[in-house]
Amino acid sequence: MAQEVCGLKAQLREKEEEIAALKNKLAQLEKSRAASVELHHRVMPLTPLTGKAALSNEDIMRYSRQLLLPELGVQGQLNLSKTSVLIVGCGGLGCPLAQYLAAAGVGRLGLLDYDEVELSNLHRQVLHGEENQGQAKALSAASAVQRLNSTVECIPYHLQLSPENALQLIQQYDIVADCSDNVPTRYLVNDACVLSGKPLVSASALRMEGQLTVYNYHGGPCYRCLYPVPPPPETVTNCSDGGVLGVVPGIMGCFQALEVLKIASGQGSSCGQQLVMFDAQDARFRLIRLRPKQASCAVCGENPSVTRLVDYEAFCGSAATDKCRKLNLLSKEQRITVQDYKSIMDSAEPHLLLDVRPLVEVDICHLPSSLNIPLSSLEERKREHLQLLRERVSQLKHQMAGDCQPPVYVICKQGNDSQKAVQILEKMSGSEVDRVTVKDICGGLTAWARGIDRTFPQY
Amino acid sequence: MSSPLRGDGGAELLFNGVKKHPVTLPSQSEPWDMKQLLVWIQRNLLKERPELFVQGDSVRPGILVLINDADWELMGELDYQLQDQDNVVFISTLHGG
Ligand SMILES: [Zn+2]
Repeated sequence: MAQEVCGLKAQLREKEEEIAALKNKLAQLEKSRAASVELHHRVMPLTPLTGKAALSNEDIMRYSRQLLLPELGVQGQLNLSKTSVLIVGCGGLGCPLAQYLAAAGVGRLGLLDYDEVELSNLHRQVLHGEENQGQAKALSAASAVQRLNSTVECIPYHLQLSPENALQLIQQYDIVADCSDNVPTRYLVNDACVLSGKPLVSASALRMEGQLTVYNYHGGPCYRCLYPVPPPPETVTNCSDGGVLGVVPGIMGCFQALEVLKIASGQGSSCGQQLVMFDAQDARFRLIRLRPKQASCAVCGENPSVTRLVDYEAFCGSAATDKCRKLNLLSKEQRITVQDYKSIMDSAEPHLLLDVRPLVEVDICHLPSSLNIPLSSLEERKREHLQLLRERVSQLKHQMAGDCQPPVYVICKQGNDSQKAVQILEKMSGSEVDRVTVKDICGGLTAWARGIDRTFPQY
Repeated sequence: MSSPLRGDGGAELLFNGVKKHPVTLPSQSEPWDMKQLLVWIQRNLLKERPELFVQGDSVRPGILVLINDADWELMGELDYQLQDQDNVVFISTLHGG
């Protein structure tokens, strides 16, 4: 009898433990579903972030390795939980930044991006996976971050930051990180941060180099103090034109996370009047002392002329995306479509196809029978390349009857450089080379791959 | 007077892809200042498309000039008088992310 009672009691305890475990599992699931992210298409007022009054046992275990640091400690961890950070751009910089901020226990993360995930993003935008292609980057990043730390509140914004919404959005956050990919957005974020008094942790990366500065922080300079006038649009190179090694924005995004965490936890950043330059080729960081806040600055100076947000695309003369601009330098008569060129090719009409991309891109893919002379060589009138061009044109002239002008068709990746090349070749025609008829192939190899040959690679 | 010049962040492209450019400036009675150095660079190193580097008598917007790892604004910009072995770096601001 006593034995039976004992056995039943043991069984009950076991079942109770099982029930407790199930309840716990259910609570976790419900918590992660409640926290599961809802995509915002416009800026909405947020409830104030309260943060934690004390660390739970679970918090202590989760953050134990950083709690052991005297630089952070319990107070620093509690400060993190009270801080909201807005990440502008969920790309190569924003992904590692969001990942480390969430892992470290920042209270609220705003994740903003207007774009969707593409295959060519994955080498550097490491929160997105193959299955996220076509999904809003903000949502993809938020779900990844939520899996890592469900206690961080994530707010994904699928929208373009604009002069209309930037102030309302930025006012709701404590720290802003600029991870954007274009000049107008950098000025917009800067001005909105100055007007709302928020520190701006800004980084950028291209090819094998990165830069980082904290603007508008503890009386230091803002972005405009350093760059009062935007660069001419034709001097700006984006990642889709210039290329970038994925780990380079990865390193810079991690560096941004470090500075955000130091500011949020109360240690403070030392990059307020300093430019960190990273040279990935030489594996070298350089620290540059910067000018102080400028009295003459248009937005943070003594007599600011920018007292509200303006039209930044007009100010910079370029669009607020990193998508390629479409140039229109030529008349209709100077251009042909890829379909036109296909029929010229099929009819075996004598002509010269000139590919003006850099050699590194020609190595990726090219049309057979094309002659490669990079645009830069034409611009600089490189002797060996001009010689090559002269030879090919005169061969063609021999091949063709009469004294006609040999046709030259110019192609590049997207159809911008090829237009510049047509202009140069027209100047050369009849003087530096025999008289030729030059035409641009509209839309370049990208249009060829889309309209003529679906098996031709795009990059 | 010799002075290593560097171009980073794309500015090296202006120097035919060469990052380090140790140069020896011809001697003159007055010390060289930055304004004269820019003119000298334009005449001797940048024969093609100088508009990508200079605008008026200064560098174009988007290029930051560093003298011995400091923003040239702290050093007097165009009026800074070059010393022997000064390290002058031209960097283009990066915008990609
Ligand atoms: Zn300023």
